[in-house]
Amino acid sequence: MSETPDRQQPALCVNSVSKRFGTITALSGISFSVGQGVCFGLLGPNGAGKSTLIRSIVGRVTPDSGTIQVFGEPAGTETARSALGWVPQDLALYPLLTVRENLDTFGRFQGLNGETLNTAIEWCLEWAHLADRSDSLMKALSGGMKRRLNLAAGLIHRPRLVLLDEPTVGVDPQSRNRIFEMIGNLRELGTSVIYTTHYMEEAERLCDRIAIVDHAHIIAEGTTDELITQSFGAQYDVTMRAAESESAAPDWASALGGTMKDGVAHFSIARPVELAALLSAAGERGVNVIDVALHRPNLESVFLKLTGRELRE
Amino acid sequence: MIFVILRNGFRALRRDRGALVLAFVLPIAFFSIFALVFGGMSSGTPRVDVAVVDQDHSSVSNRLVDGLSRESSLRVHIKPDAHTNGGEAPASSAPYTAATAERAVRDGSVPAAIIIPKGFGEHPIAFRQSGNQTPIAILHDSSDPIAAQVVNGMLQKVVMTSLPDAMASEGTKYLDRFTGGLTTDQRSRMDSALTRLRDYQQRRQHSTTASDDGLTNGLISVSIRDVVGGNKSNPMVAFYAAGIGVMFLLFTASSAAGSLIDEAESGALDRLRSARVSMTTLLAGKLAYSASLASLQLVAMFLWGAAVFHLDLFSHLPGFVVMTVATALAAASFGMVLATLSRTRPQQAAISTLLILTMSALGGSMFPRFLMPPVMKAIGQFTFNAWAIDGFTKVFWRDLPVVDLLPQVAVLAATSIILFTIARLLARRWEVG
Repeated sequence: MSETPDRQQPALCVNSVSKRFGTITALSGISFSVGQGVCFGLLGPNGAGKSTLIRSIVGRVTPDSGTIQVFGEPAGTETARSALGWVPQDLALYPLLTVRENLDTFGRFQGLNGETLNTAIEWCLEWAHLADRSDSLMKALSGGMKRRLNLAAGLIHRPRLVLLDEPTVGVDPQSRNRIFEMIGNLRELGTSVIYTTHYMEEAERLCDRIAIVDHAHIIAEGTTDELITQSFGAQYDVTMRAAESESAAPDWASALGGTMKDGVAHFSIARPVELAALLSAAGERGVNVIDVALHRPNLESVFLKLTGRELRE
Repeated sequence: MIFVILRNGFRALRRDRGALVLAFVLPIAFFSIFALVFGGMSSGTPRVDVAVVDQDHSSVSNRLVDGLSRESSLRVHIKPDAHTNGGEAPASSAPYTAATAERAVRDGSVPAAIIIPKGFGEHPIAFRQSGNQTPIAILHDSSDPIAAQVVNGMLQKVVMTSLPDAMASEGTKYLDRFTGGLTTDQRSRMDSALTRLRDYQQRRQHSTTASDDGLTNGLISVSIRDVVGGNKSNPMVAFYAAGIGVMFLLFTASSAAGSLIDEAESGALDRLRSARVSMTTLLAGKLAYSASLASLQLVAMFLWGAAVFHLDLFSHLPGFVVMTVATALAAASFGMVLATLSRTRPQQAAISTLLILTMSALGGSMFPRFLMPPVMKAIGQFTFNAWAIDGFTKVFWRDLPVVDLLPQVAVLAATSIILFTIARLLARRWEVG
């Protein structure tokens, strides 16, 4: 349960952590820290090292080198474990136990009992919107409810730092919104959250800071705006499609610092008003533009630029 | 299309080692075990161990003992030896007496004993029940119904082959007694005797319970006495309750321990390990559950036996409790090893089916070990089915006190400790990477 927090101390401090499995390097000199009450996103494709990093934080993997501290305590110690709540990506629950029995079981594994446990179970049932299904077998729940129970089981001991590993995989939009609500509630309570996901929009919506993990390294870290600015500056993306294949179009795009790909011209501009100049130049060169789009780069763009591939590849 | 389905089936089978083992290894293993058990690979009928006590010490009784010793279907023990003492040299090597031979039958050292009474040499042959013969006693354990019949049959045969002069002598005595020189009167008495003999023969042929009075009918008078199990209402029920019970105990314990694999696959095991649960605690908890479930299963089986088959459970409670706990712990530990050894549930199911059925066949769950050839009996000693069944047999069959269960309990307890230690070592793969 929560202890009196030292607000200056990071919730999590990962310092130069490396881990190899045989010839495979899973983590290579990873460092970052997460402040208290912060929601920290870990973005990366499969095999990037996210799971090894999460398992190192919860003490299930011992790094070859480097240190991990949870509220100042080494990862894996009793104190660090009690401060942590881990919600694995898999539904790590007992299908033949009811919702309440599952919560009771995981509560007891966390050392809770008596009135403290009962109170924790009631809190979890309310928080996960499962109070009316408390006596249902886990296996009889819908996919979204199972996900919420999975979350609740990881938070039964009210940890100060919660690790959520892709908590919305395979759930419908309605259930996803409910999970976002639950995470919002946690943040209001001052809980620090580490959130791994494949979904950029989730990371943008929920996370204060984001680290992009690829090939065992953190290749970028910051707020969403910082990451975009680091990668693209204060630029906007512009795409313009010509009416038909015109020989003048590539020259036009090239002359204005753009590129042509599959009949579409790509430009980068600092301010939206610069669109007018692009269109004017097209008219002067006889290029008939039929479609124009203005984009602010997002995390997807950042990821694509930094790694050269889509996140979900 | 059919070819594609056929090919896919064989491709899948080729890649499923568990299914391959069940399809090919298990049937061959079972075929081999039962071929060995029923003597397909041994040289003829298995020999019956029999303790022989000669209280007569006459030349006739000596020749009878010699004749019995030469019988290939009997293994005669004049005194306790390593064979009748579980492979260990006995404390005493004095010849068997009627009392020690009976004790040997009672404690299962030998399935039968022959007591040749004093005075046997004077009237060895019993063409009829004349009253002046003291019958040879065969003491037997009715859990082995074959041994007494084999011993009695061999006894009658040996009289024919080893004591022909005694037969002639006795025949002359009978002739002299019944004919008296073949006068008219003698002829009449002879006819009368022959009539009685024919009547007697007919009575034998028509009687379906010829040996119910404990006296068998043959050349020599034999009294067969059931020294173990004779007072039991349904003597073989205890044996089958133990045999079948132990086999299903293993299946239950194996299945219960398999939840470890489920938890590893679902991630629940990782979650537990990230909480405050150590691997040893986790395994101990699983062991406690498996052993409790296995104990309840045995209790249910024996209660059913008591209710339906008149198994005398309640007067054997202390021994039953001791053997149940020891057996359940051993079975649970065995299940833990299988669970920690296997990577997947199907793999665990295949390995456990193979091992449990093999151990059960060798250990006497399917076929009584006392009917197996000596080699198979010896191999069976390496299964804990054999030790568990021996223990339950001591309790329910031989009515032995709890202290006599020490060897079985010690072996089962040691097995439990060793298997749990192995399971703990194997479970290290689930610990911190």
